[in-house]
Amino acid sequence: MDKRNLQLDDNGQLRHFLTIEGLKRQLLIDILDAAESFSSVTEQTVKKVPLLRGKTIVNLFFEASTRTRTTFELAAKRLSADVLNININASATSKGETLLDTQRNLEAMHCDMFVVRHAVSGAAHFIARHAAAHVSVINAGDGRHAHPTQAMLDMFTIRHHKGDFHRLRVAIVGDILHSRVARSQIHALSTLGVEEIRVIGPKTLIPPEAHTLGVHVHHDLRAGLRDIDVVIMLRLQHERMLGAFLPSEHEYFQLYGLTEAKLELAKPDAIIMHPGPINRGVEIDSAVADGPQSVILNQVAHGTAVRMAIMAKAMQRLPSPPARELH
Amino acid sequence: MAAALRTLLDGQDIADPVMVGIYTGGVWIAQRLHQLLRLECPLGTLDISFYRDDFTRVGMNPQVRPSLLPVNIEGRHIILVDDVLNTGRTIRAALNELFDYGRPASILLAVLVERGGRELPIQADVVGTRVKVARDQHIKLHGPAPLRLSLVESARPKV
Repeated sequence: MDKRNLQLDDNGQLRHFLTIEGLKRQLLIDILDAAESFSSVTEQTVKKVPLLRGKTIVNLFFEASTRTRTTFELAAKRLSADVLNININASATSKGETLLDTQRNLEAMHCDMFVVRHAVSGAAHFIARHAAAHVSVINAGDGRHAHPTQAMLDMFTIRHHKGDFHRLRVAIVGDILHSRVARSQIHALSTLGVEEIRVIGPKTLIPPEAHTLGVHVHHDLRAGLRDIDVVIMLRLQHERMLGAFLPSEHEYFQLYGLTEAKLELAKPDAIIMHPGPINRGVEIDSAVADGPQSVILNQVAHGTAVRMAIMAKAMQRLPSPPARELH
Repeated sequence: MAAALRTLLDGQDIADPVMVGIYTGGVWIAQRLHQLLRLECPLGTLDISFYRDDFTRVGMNPQVRPSLLPVNIEGRHIILVDDVLNTGRTIRAALNELFDYGRPASILLAVLVERGGRELPIQADVVGTRVKVARDQHIKLHGPAPLRLSLVESARPKV
C-alpha cells in the first residue's frame, strides 16, 4: 500500500504519522508552526488546552523507552486526552493474543489513537493498515525504520536556533546503520530544503546505499565537520549490533567522538544535538555535551510541544466543505 | 469606542488595565484602542484555536499563533477586544483561555461590530456599531491598514 495514502485522509490531511518519507514540506512546516504555539501552553498557569478532551490515547510500547513514552504521555495530557499506558510484556500478547487481537480489543474500548513503539520495522504501518476509521496511529519508533516525531522535534530545535533551513549544512555523526532517527532526520532535512546533509561514521556503521538518500558520506570526522552549522551526534546502538562493528569504544571515541578540539572545525556558531540518551566519553565529550553550543536539553524541552502538534493534527477531522468562522 | 472605554474604566476606578486582542481582527482593533487610550501595559494577544469547541468538526486552524500575555494576569483588570461578536463562542473560548493563565480581577469586552445570532449568554460592554444581518451573511474585517468591513454571503453550513 502507498505509504503517503496511508498517512493522509481523503482531504489530504494527516491521519497517521508513520514516516517523514513522502510528506510534503508544507505539512512539516505546519507541524513546526503549531508546535511553536503549543510551546506557549507551558507558560500558562494551567498547562493544558482542551483540544483533545474526551479522546483516549493508548501508548502501545512493545519496546522499553521511558523518556519517549513519558513525553508522549505528557503531550497527550496537555491536550486534555485520557492516556492508557499498556505494558506489553505483562499484557495479553504474552499470553498468546495476536497484535491484531490486542488492537481490535482496544478499538472496541473506543480508543482514538495508538502511539506505537516496536522493535520490528513496519509495526506501526501494520497497525495503521488495520486501524478502524476513527483511529489514528503515531509511530514512536519502529526497528531501524523510522522515528518521525524525534526527527520533527530535532527540526523544531534547528529552526529555533538557526531560522531558515535553506542555507544550512548539517552533519549526522555515528551509527547511521542502526539508527531509525538518522533515516527520519535525513528525510526531514531534505524535505525542508537544507543545502547539504553529511553523514559521518566508520564504514561499518554507514549503510552502503546511504548516498541514494542524497547525502554526502564522510569517514573522517575532521573533514566532515568543516563549515557545518548543525552537528547531530547519534548514540551507538549496541542493542541492535549483531556483529563486530567496532574495534573498541575507546578507539571509536578517538576517531568519531566529538571533542572541543574537533568542534572548532565546524562554524563558530554551530549547534550540537543528540537524540539521547548520550554516552559520555563514547560519542561525545562531557565538555561538549554540557558546553555553550549544546542544545541537547532544548531538544528534550521541545519534545512535548512537537508531539502535541502531531497528535492534534492527526486527530483533526475536516468535513467537506469547511465550516464557517467562529465569532 | 476609546471614549466609551475610558468612561467605563474611570467609573470602575481601573487605572492600569491589560488590553488583550483576539486574533486576527481583534488584535488590529486592540492596537488602535491601546494607542488611543495610552495604556502603559503592553498589548496582549490571544489565539483561541486550541480552545475552539468545534475542533473535531473543523480541525485545527492552519495559522495558529502563540498567545502572548505581557504580564501575569492574576488579579488584573482585562479589556478583551474582538472585531465581530456573533455567536459568542469565540468569547467563551477566549475567557476559558484567559483563566488558564490566571484569575483576572475583571474582564470587560469591547467589540467593533455586534451582530445578532448569539448562541451563548454573552454580551459586550463597549460596542463600536450594531448591525442586523441575516444568519447566512458574514461580516469580515480586512486589515491591518486600512481597516475595512465587508459583508459577505456565506454558503457554508452552520457549526
